[in-house]
Amino acid sequence: MIWLDTIVQGILLGGLYALFATGLSLVFGIMRLVNLAHGDMIVLAAYLILVLVMTLGLSPWIAVLIAAPVMFALGWLLQRVVLNRVLGPDILPPLLVTFGLSIAIQNALLEGFSADSRRIPNPELEGASMALGPINVGVMPMLTFASAIVVIVILNRVIYATPLGRSFRATSDDPVTAGLMGVEPMKVFAVATGLAMVVVTIAALYLGTRANFDPAIGPARLIYAFQAVIIGGLGSLWGTLAGGIIIGVAQTLGAAVNPEWQILSGHIAFLVVLLIRPRGLFPRAYD
Amino acid sequence: MLLQTNSLDAGYGRFRALFGIDIEVAAGECIAIIGANGAGKSTLMRSISGVLPNAPGMILHNGEPIGALSAAAILKRGIAMVPEGRKLFPSLSVEENLLIGGQKRRGSGAWSLQTIYDLFPILREKRALPGTSLSGGQQQMVAIGRALMSNPELLLCDEISLGLAPVVIRDIYAALPRIRETGAAVIVVEQDITQALRVADRVYCLMEGRVTLSGTPDTLTRDAIHDAYFGGHA
Amino acid sequence: MTPSDTPWRASSKTRAGTFVAILAVAVILIGLVLPGFASRRLIQDLFYILTMLTLAQIWNLLAGYGGLVSVGQQAFVGIGAYALFGAVILGGMDPMLAILLGGVAGLVLAVPMAFFAFRLHGAYFAIGTWVIAEVTRLLVAQWKALGGGTGTSLPRAATSDMIGVAQVAELFDVRTAAARDILAYWIALILAVAVIAGIYGLLRSRMGLALIAVRDNPEAAKSVGVDVRWLKWAVFLIASVATGVTGALIFLQTARISPDAAFAITDWTAYVIFIVVIGGIGTIEGPILGVLVFFLLRNSLADYGSWYLLTLGLIAILAMIFAPKGLWGLISARSGLHLFPIRRRLTGPLPERGEG
Repeated sequence: MIWLDTIVQGILLGGLYALFATGLSLVFGIMRLVNLAHGDMIVLAAYLILVLVMTLGLSPWIAVLIAAPVMFALGWLLQRVVLNRVLGPDILPPLLVTFGLSIAIQNALLEGFSADSRRIPNPELEGASMALGPINVGVMPMLTFASAIVVIVILNRVIYATPLGRSFRATSDDPVTAGLMGVEPMKVFAVATGLAMVVVTIAALYLGTRANFDPAIGPARLIYAFQAVIIGGLGSLWGTLAGGIIIGVAQTLGAAVNPEWQILSGHIAFLVVLLIRPRGLFPRAYD
Repeated sequence: MLLQTNSLDAGYGRFRALFGIDIEVAAGECIAIIGANGAGKSTLMRSISGVLPNAPGMILHNGEPIGALSAAAILKRGIAMVPEGRKLFPSLSVEENLLIGGQKRRGSGAWSLQTIYDLFPILREKRALPGTSLSGGQQQMVAIGRALMSNPELLLCDEISLGLAPVVIRDIYAALPRIRETGAAVIVVEQDITQALRVADRVYCLMEGRVTLSGTPDTLTRDAIHDAYFGGHA
Repeated sequence: MTPSDTPWRASSKTRAGTFVAILAVAVILIGLVLPGFASRRLIQDLFYILTMLTLAQIWNLLAGYGGLVSVGQQAFVGIGAYALFGAVILGGMDPMLAILLGGVAGLVLAVPMAFFAFRLHGAYFAIGTWVIAEVTRLLVAQWKALGGGTGTSLPRAATSDMIGVAQVAELFDVRTAAARDILAYWIALILAVAVIAGIYGLLRSRMGLALIAVRDNPEAAKSVGVDVRWLKWAVFLIASVATGVTGALIFLQTARISPDAAFAITDWTAYVIFIVVIGGIGTIEGPILGVLVFFLLRNSLADYGSWYLLTLGLIAILAMIFAPKGLWGLISARSGLHLFPIRRRLTGPLPERGEG
């Protein structure tokens, strides 16, 4: 029973990692850009929600509704002003720019909020749990997992059944020809990054309400997100969820054996998958 | 004049592909541009469609300079392109390929999914398949349909018969009169001189980045074309 | 001699290159005798500059020439440092010799790391190396004999009895601690010179030509028979050995180690990338210039804590957007200067001189 419990906790944790990863996956799928500041963006959004909750006395669920458009605008601006200038066949400039951004965000947060750990207060649901068959699961982890599924369903709907999604896919295939169809790749990229930041805000809500956070934890979240994306296979959001679950289960199982092994087990699961299926579990047919 | 180039120069980096090109296209006219490989035909199409940016004044559309506009902005002005090599989007189905062509359509016009499917009935059958799973000829139909979906007043067709069997080429060119009925002007870039002379109102011949010959098909002799195509008196 | 007697030759000699060779020898000589009259503080600063320069040159070889954008270089610094501590504390080895063991450890780690990371491309390669660096850090933190997660120090006796310390102390009439610093500084100087000379030699060799060909056009290089896989392995292994040695040296000087310090991505990768980007990626001159700018910034902004790193991050972004070839790129474009000429040019008899 204890093992079943551990595995269920791991699956639910995987939902959080999938939320971390979905924005990364979306942006990579469309413009082949890996944003090394992705984890720091999640932390930034968590602080934004925290500030809204503390200063306006809002519930975190309301605060996220205000934070999401702010983050969308931030992502949109970042793409238009900075990232669009460095996109190209050479992968180095975008990598270095986002790496610089990562360091800048971390230290700006450190300056603004100090290194103390914080948590978004969520008195109604904190610690609440419910029975799921023979085991008890927390309400927040359940909500996280459900949110991940809802986010993926909505994003897939956007990508595969709307004109915007059509532009995403066309631009990803061939930006020059997309231009001939009246699609402006630079604008499409900006919208995509904006959308990714909305998902980041949702991820931040759960990151910040479930556990303590501080300005330095972004890079580790980027790594989990990255691992989920690679395990899932580039371009498949359900694959990303599967990847998140694999990392989550590996971590809780490792932690059950020895608490010090939690993070390590996740990394090792990633390396094993990389060894067996270098293109991930659900790779795209073409790249 | 619908479209006019004014001593258009173009190239890629230090390499210059076009030298002082002057061509004109009137509304509703069908122009053929012929020339050997590397004569600059595709560069000319890429310049007009905005893929290759130019100095603003070198290309005029209805008298306004468009040389510096982006491809997307040029499409919005009513100039659509069927690119060389068809360039369908592999992640989009046939129907989605057509729809994306009409995403920025200008008002109402002759073309819609229905009329494209009437023009190329085979596409209706295959509309749910990925665009790139079709045969070369069918892919070319999708590419033409995709460009028409924006209801252009000028359609640029870059080497639409390249690599296709003669019978397929005939089917594709059979659509041309229907396209012209809507009042659209067409520029076809062709290596197949016979085909070009059959459909065009006027012909320009390019060699090494310069216009070496122009006129209506009936005034052009075989010898004149031969000289303009391969260089005179060789 | 008639023109046809003098063969045309491909040469990478430039006048500036010859001047620089002389200048370099002078700088090295001055560097070697410097401890005779420099303060201990200056020696320590120079040690830091030289080791950062070495790391930057190595990363530049990887990313700027080899196309291998690693953000996991801290793995090699850390493993090299831990190899030294392990050999000294557990094996009783002389620290001076244990530095070389750092290179061996780097090589041993590089093989599995490359095996995994080379399955990933581009940006994913970058994060892949980072993951493996994290794995290495977490595994090393389990090494209880070396203090686990909290780390440990080198025993005082080991460092003061180290080869050469007594002689240096006598030579300059300083205490053991200062003598240790001087010794570490000398090794850092030799290491930096060796790495720069080694990279320069490598780039001018057949392998270097292949490397530059691959960087500029991988498809074309492949088609003329360059084995890209082999090249990448070779560059990665060379870089790993050199980084391992540098890591061992850095922590020999501090004499205290912990997994967080030895595997710090900020110290051993972020700063290094910053140095290369600011100075100019893909040139040997760039990192030299970059490390000086980095050090000056660090000294003038050190009191501002996180503002300093914030500024560093923003400067890196601006540099990448507005001067992607770095400061050296700007200078080189204006002046046409190449201090480390790699490009070969045809030289041959000039027509006027051909009569003699």
